[in-house]
Amino acid sequence: MSIEVNFMIGGEAGQGVQSVGFMLCKALARGGYHIFADQDYESRIRGGHNFFRVRASDSPVGAVIEPLNFLLALNRESIDLHRGELGPDGIVIYDRAKITGIAEGDDLFGVPLEELAEIAGNKVMANTVALGAVAGLIGYDREKINQVLTEQFKGPVGEANIAAAKAGYDFTEQNFKGKTGFRLKQASDARRLLLSGTDAIALGAIAAGCKFIAGYPMTPTTPILEYMASKAKDHNIVVVQPEDEIAAINMTIGAAYTGMRAMTATSGSGFCLMVEGLGLAGITETPAVVVLGQRPGPAIGLPTRTAQEELEFAIYSGSGEFPRAVLAPATIEESFWLTTKAFNLAEKYQTPVILIIDHTIATSYTTVERFDLSKVVIDRGSLYPDKSVVKPEEYKRHQLTDSGISPRAFPGLSRALAITDSDEHDEAGHLIEDAKTRNEQVEKRMRKITGMRNEIAPPRRCGPHTAETTLIGWGSNYGAIREAIDILSKEGTKVNALHLSELWPFPADAMTDALKTCQTTYVVENNAAGQLAHLIRAETGFSVSGRILKYDGRPFTPAIIADKVRRKEVVAW
Amino acid sequence: MVTTETARVTTADYAGLVPAWCPGCGNFGILNGVKRALVDLSLEPSRVLLVSGIGQAGKLPHYTSGNVFNSLHGRPMPVAIAAKLANPELTVIAISGDGDAYGEGGNHFIHAMRRNHQITYLVHDNQVYALTKGQASPTSDSGYVTKTTPQGAPFPVNPLVLAIAAGCGLVARSFAGDTNHLAEMIKRGIQHRGFALIDILQPCVTFNRVNTWDWYRQRVYKLDGEAGYDPSDKTVAFEKAQEWGERIPVGVIYEKERPTFEDSMPALAKGPPVKLELKASEAEPLLDEFV
Ligand SMILES: Cc1ncc(C[n+]2csc(CCOP(=O)(O)OP(=O)(O)O)c2C)c(N)n1
Ligand SMILES: [Mg+2]
Repeated sequence: MSIEVNFMIGGEAGQGVQSVGFMLCKALARGGYHIFADQDYESRIRGGHNFFRVRASDSPVGAVIEPLNFLLALNRESIDLHRGELGPDGIVIYDRAKITGIAEGDDLFGVPLEELAEIAGNKVMANTVALGAVAGLIGYDREKINQVLTEQFKGPVGEANIAAAKAGYDFTEQNFKGKTGFRLKQASDARRLLLSGTDAIALGAIAAGCKFIAGYPMTPTTPILEYMASKAKDHNIVVVQPEDEIAAINMTIGAAYTGMRAMTATSGSGFCLMVEGLGLAGITETPAVVVLGQRPGPAIGLPTRTAQEELEFAIYSGSGEFPRAVLAPATIEESFWLTTKAFNLAEKYQTPVILIIDHTIATSYTTVERFDLSKVVIDRGSLYPDKSVVKPEEYKRHQLTDSGISPRAFPGLSRALAITDSDEHDEAGHLIEDAKTRNEQVEKRMRKITGMRNEIAPPRRCGPHTAETTLIGWGSNYGAIREAIDILSKEGTKVNALHLSELWPFPADAMTDALKTCQTTYVVENNAAGQLAHLIRAETGFSVSGRILKYDGRPFTPAIIADKVRRKEVVAW
Repeated sequence: MVTTETARVTTADYAGLVPAWCPGCGNFGILNGVKRALVDLSLEPSRVLLVSGIGQAGKLPHYTSGNVFNSLHGRPMPVAIAAKLANPELTVIAISGDGDAYGEGGNHFIHAMRRNHQITYLVHDNQVYALTKGQASPTSDSGYVTKTTPQGAPFPVNPLVLAIAAGCGLVARSFAGDTNHLAEMIKRGIQHRGFALIDILQPCVTFNRVNTWDWYRQRVYKLDGEAGYDPSDKTVAFEKAQEWGERIPVGVIYEKERPTFEDSMPALAKGPPVKLELKASEAEPLLDEFV
C-alpha cells in the first residue's frame, strides 16, 4: 500500500500559513517523502483567505489532489470553506477556544493553539503549535520538526518555536492517540531538494553562468530576482532593480551585448513593456533570456493566481519578424534544465529566448533528485576567434553565413569593434536603406530558425501508445494530466497524452507524426481561447476535437480533468 | 585583454562613415567635439562604447569609430548602464537627442542620475524632433509652433534643473558652435566619477527657425569666466540652471562627486564581470541549501 497524505493549512495573510506549509514540506521531505505543494493566496499583506496544500507520498507526485486528510485551520473561514474537502477519515485541527459555533463532528480535533503558544512565549506562534499538533497526530519524528524550526528562526525565537511545536505535539499525542489511522514514519533515506519553480530557475541560471539579472518586481517571478540578489556577493552576480521593465529588458540586452549571460524576469504586464526590446534583441542579434511568469490577465487580472494566457503573445509579440525560442517547462525539475537550455539557445542563435511558466510552476514546491551539475552544458556559441585583430574593420558583427550565425566579439575584449544597430544594418553593423542588404540581413536572421528548430524537443508522450482520447497540454498541467490518465485507465477508459515543453520554433513535424495515431484529442489549458489548439492548427493544420479550459485562476487537479473527459465537457467556442 | 598602445591615438582613428545630416547642422560640431575629446584623452576606439538612441543625434556613432550599440528610441541609457556594469573598463558614452533623452527616455534619465552610473550622457538639444520632421520636443520653447502644436508648445522641461534635483554628479551645458568648449566638457564628463550630463545646444537648420545659430551666438556666454562661480554650490547651481532667454550660460553648472552605482556592486569586486569564468559547479553549494 502506498502512503499518500494531503494536508491543507488555511488562514489569513499574516498568520503564517506559508511558513507552516513550507516547514511541513521540508520536514516531510527530510523523511524521504515526495512532496507537491501549492499556494493559494490573495494580493494583500494582511487578512483575506490563504491556503497552502501539501501532498506527501512515498512515490513521485506532480499535482495536488482531492480529498484532504488534514486541515490545519488557523481561522474560522478555513473550516467554512474547506471542511467539505475532507475525505472520510479527514481531520480538522483548530483552536477550540477561539472558533466556536461550528457543526459538531468526529472530524473536529480541537487544540488550544493560542493558549499553548502563549505559554511557549507568544501567541503569534499559534501556527507553530498547529505544526507540532499535526506532527503529533501522524506520529512524525519530532527532531525533523525541530530542525526546520531552528533553520527558520534563529536564537531565542527558534527555541520558543520549538517549545510551541512541542506543546502542540504533546497535546495531540496525549489527547488523540489512536484516534487517527495516519502514521508517517521515515519513508526513505533519500535526500532530495525541495524547490519552488522560481528556485529552480534561479539555480538553473546560476549553474548556466548567468551573472546579470535586471528585473522589476512582479508576481510570480520576483523571487528569482530576490534569490539572485541574495547570492550577488558570493557569486559575483550583477543584480539591478531598474525603474521599469523597459529598462530591465534593455539592460539585459546591454549586458549580453557586452558578453555576459544575462536575463530578466517578469509577468504579463511587464512583458508587454518589454516587447519592443525583444525586437531590439532580434535585430541586433543579442541573446536575451526572459522569464515570463503567467498569471490571469488582461492587465492586472488576478495577480496571485495561475494562468496560461500568454503563449501566443510570447511567440508572436514584437514589431517585425525575428527568430526566438519559447520554452515552457512542465515541472519544477524541468524548469532548472530548460533554464540552462534557454541560455544556450540564446547564445548559439543570438536571439531572445522566452522561458514561459505559469504561476503554479513558479510558486509550487516539489521534491526533486539533486541536479547532477556535471550534466549542465554551457555552450556560448560562435565567438570571434581572433583576439589579436589588427585592423578593427576586419571584424563584421553581422557577417553573412550559411547558418545565419555570425561570430560574436565583445566590446573592449579585443581590438575588434562590436558595432550593431536597431536600424537595419549591413554586415559591419552600420545602418543601411538599400533593398539588397536588407534582404541579406533578413534572410540571414531567418536562417537561424532552421538550426534552432533542430534543437527543439518533440512532444512527450505519456500513457499507452494508442488511446481513445489524447490529452494535449503544456506547462504545469503535465502533473495533473498524467494522474488524470491513471484515474481514467482504472475505470477502463484508455487515455494518453502529448505534452509540449518546447513550443517555439514549433516542432511541427514531430507533432504531425504524433497526432497521426490519435483519435479524440483535447487540449488542456488554463485559458479561455485554447491557445495551444490555435498553435497546433497553425503549424500542423490539425484541428483538435475539443478544448478543456479553465480560466478561473486556479490550477487543474487530476480529478477535474478526468471528470471533464468523462463528461466530454469541452469548450466549443 | 587590451594592451596599452604605444602608437598615439589620432583623429584618423576616429574616422567614420560620411554623415547623412543636413548641411550646416549643429551635429557636425558635436561630432568634432566628440572626436577631439577622445583623441585628447588618448582613448583607443576599442576601449570606447558609444550607445545611442534613435533620431538624428543617434546616428553619430556611425560617423566615428568605437564599439557601437545604436539602440531604440529613448533607450540608450539602460543599454549603456548594463554595458558599463558588465565591463567597467569600457569608457561608455550615451548619445541622445532631446526627444530621445527627455521625452521617450525620461524615466531612464531620471533614475540613471539618481543611481549615479559611471556614464557620460551627451544630449544633442535642438529643441525639436528632427528625424520625424519638426514636431515639438520636451525642450521646445513655450509657444513654439509646429504641425503637432499649432497652438504652441507647452512649458518646456529644464534638463539641467532636473539633473541637479535628481542627483546628477556633473551637470554641464555646451554649444555645438564651440568645438573647443564642447571637447572640454566631454572630457570633464568622462573624467568625472559618476554620471555626467552634457546638454548640447544644437541649432537645427531645417526645422528650428527660432533657435538658430545666430540666436544662440548672441546669447551664449561661458561660465568659466564668471568670477566666483562655484559649481559645487547647489543653490547657486539651481539658479544658474534656470537662466534662459537673453543670456544662456554654458560650462559646468554643477559638480559634486558621490559614490557611484558601480561602487555599490559587490559583483564588481573581482574585476569586470564579463571576464569571470562560467562554471556550473558554482551552483553546487547552493543546492545544499535546498536539502
Ligand atoms: C517608440 C518610438 N516612437 C517614435 C519613434 C519615431 N521617432 C524617431 S526619432 C524621434 C524623435 C527624434 O527627436 P530627438 O530625439 O530630439 O532627435 P533629433 O532627431 O532631433 O536629433 C521619434 C519620435 C520611434 N523611432 N520609436
Ligand atoms: Mg531633437
